[in-house]
Amino acid sequence: MNNASEKIEGNNKYNFAFLDENAKKEIRRRILKAIAIPGYQVPFGSRELPIARGWGTGGLQITLSIIGRNDILKVIDQGCDDSVNAVNIRRFIKSVTGVEMTTDTEKATLVQTRHRIPEKPLTKDQIIIFQVPFPEPLRTVEPSEAETRRMHAEADYSRMWLYLYEDIVKCGEISIGARYPVFVNNRYIMDPSPIPRWDIEKLNNSECLNLFCAGREKRIYAIPPYTAVKPLEFEDFRFRTEDFKGKKCEKCGSADSYLDETIDDSDGTRHYYCSDADYCEKNSDNAVKK
Amino acid sequence: MGYIAVKGGKDAIENAEKYLEFQRLKGASDDLSIGQIKDQLYFAVDRIMSEGSLYAPELAALAFKQAAGDTLEASFILRAYRTTKPRVGYSLPCNTQKMKVIRRISAAFKDIPGGQILGPTSDYTLKLLDFGLEEADNEKRKAELEKLLGDIVNYKDYEDIGELPRVIDMLRKEGLVIENKRAKEGEIFDITRESNVFPASRSASLQTMARGETGGLLLLAYSNVRGYGDIHPALGELRVGYVPVMITHPLTGEPYEIGKVKITEAEIIARFNVEGEKPKFSLGYGVCFGHNEVKAISMAILDRAMAASGAKHASNDQEFVLSHVDGIESMGFTIHWKLPHYVTFLSDLDRLRKAQEVSKK
Repeated sequence: MNNASEKIEGNNKYNFAFLDENAKKEIRRRILKAIAIPGYQVPFGSRELPIARGWGTGGLQITLSIIGRNDILKVIDQGCDDSVNAVNIRRFIKSVTGVEMTTDTEKATLVQTRHRIPEKPLTKDQIIIFQVPFPEPLRTVEPSEAETRRMHAEADYSRMWLYLYEDIVKCGEISIGARYPVFVNNRYIMDPSPIPRWDIEKLNNSECLNLFCAGREKRIYAIPPYTAVKPLEFEDFRFRTEDFKGKKCEKCGSADSYLDETIDDSDGTRHYYCSDADYCEKNSDNAVKK
Repeated sequence: MGYIAVKGGKDAIENAEKYLEFQRLKGASDDLSIGQIKDQLYFAVDRIMSEGSLYAPELAALAFKQAAGDTLEASFILRAYRTTKPRVGYSLPCNTQKMKVIRRISAAFKDIPGGQILGPTSDYTLKLLDFGLEEADNEKRKAELEKLLGDIVNYKDYEDIGELPRVIDMLRKEGLVIENKRAKEGEIFDITRESNVFPASRSASLQTMARGETGGLLLLAYSNVRGYGDIHPALGELRVGYVPVMITHPLTGEPYEIGKVKITEAEIIARFNVEGEKPKFSLGYGVCFGHNEVKAISMAILDRAMAASGAKHASNDQEFVLSHVDGIESMGFTIHWKLPHYVTFLSDLDRLRKAQEVSKK
């Protein structure tokens, strides 16, 4: 917790971690409520940040509200610490807090992420914060917020099931790529943010606290540690993760991580590399040592 | 080696910022002063204060300069500054009848108590390029100003226009107006501290529109009056002027004026039928910081459109209107598609390849 009058060293115009203390307090209260009701979307008075709406302002507000001077922060986008969005967010948080930054997944106390969960399982001493564009999983079947809130309250999820069924009839498969809807604690259907299906399993019974926030849509939700998270599936149509068909990372040789597919400019061939940059680097180091 | 998307981002971002700054500086012209923007580009300043929802002409002018004339970006910079300020209190309700009017017209009545006051308007100015403005000339500017002040006969009196009665009140007295269903509510909702819930209270609705993007409000209001809706508005009154902002003095407990803000206020009248009752008029209300008539009128039309029962168009749907009119939110999200999406795209690709495989069988 930070003192209300505490200022950022070298930048006296703004409070520590940018937000004023009242805003942080309010956001922390909403986080507590979200933890108490796993998967439930808690509305909150989302603040504007100097980074545009849709560029991670939800995740940022959580990070700024809970970060303390002794925290060590890792920021990733698409699994990578060096992607423009991650660099930009890290640069901003560094300038308003001065806290230590890391790319090392194990060293971080807080991980802010867009579109991925690190391959290395997070522990009980870590919190992962997801940037969320669409907090409402039912938006696909219902545009009105008033109506989707009612559907959640009554656990009226028939239209979602019907949507999945029709998808199978039309495409022969459930065609949802990323943002695959999940059941949290056997109660709420939740949007896990646009992580690939590959990462869904990591949410189930995870040791770490998972916090989600959509700045533009003004919603906070959470998956507390050791909570059941199950992807929506039918007995005869199971949930399936992305299939890399025996492909492996050309850099570290890993065959058990989510891969980026790139196309070589010169000959048009496809190549595969780990999406999780830190995981790949450590794997490569280990390979060299051996 | 092929293209590895957006890695090594730090240097690229820093260089991009330098390039952007270079674009603003590279011309041979004199540096713009904040005073020049505030005095001479005041419509832009007003718009930025309104959409950025902070009444601060100097800061709005600064944002406009920094954003090189992009009003969306400037409003965003101002809003991001505003958000860091703690909420220390609320002003007292402002009675806009106390407005020091510089412009006030009614399209519904020819003759109104207090008279029609055109004030500073370009409504009747032909939209011809004024080549006399081509050369920046301070001497000429001063001379023009002297001449203008000489021409304006009642210049001295302009400060003394007293309180003007509201046009709408004339209709009210005759019992021709029904009040907005949701006009009387208890506590005022604060959209900067709470997330809107639907149906939104009228105070939340008006606040959301008051800082909405002018173009967004205009589009929705226009769609309604053009045909995707059935509001046939008459402009009851349009006012531009200065209103005092009052707070409760922390020591004496008395109302205390902390300053004046320039606002534009519009009231539109449209027919309203309730089954089994006499048809009446109902009102739509719009207000915003600064001088921005397009915004105030659009807002008033939408306020009325959202009160219509049984109507099915976008502009009648409160959730639709309020969820989409904020320029800073809609702009931010719309441009976020520039960010890398290759993890999610690959996930979609996997599904597509799978679906093609299945359909081959």
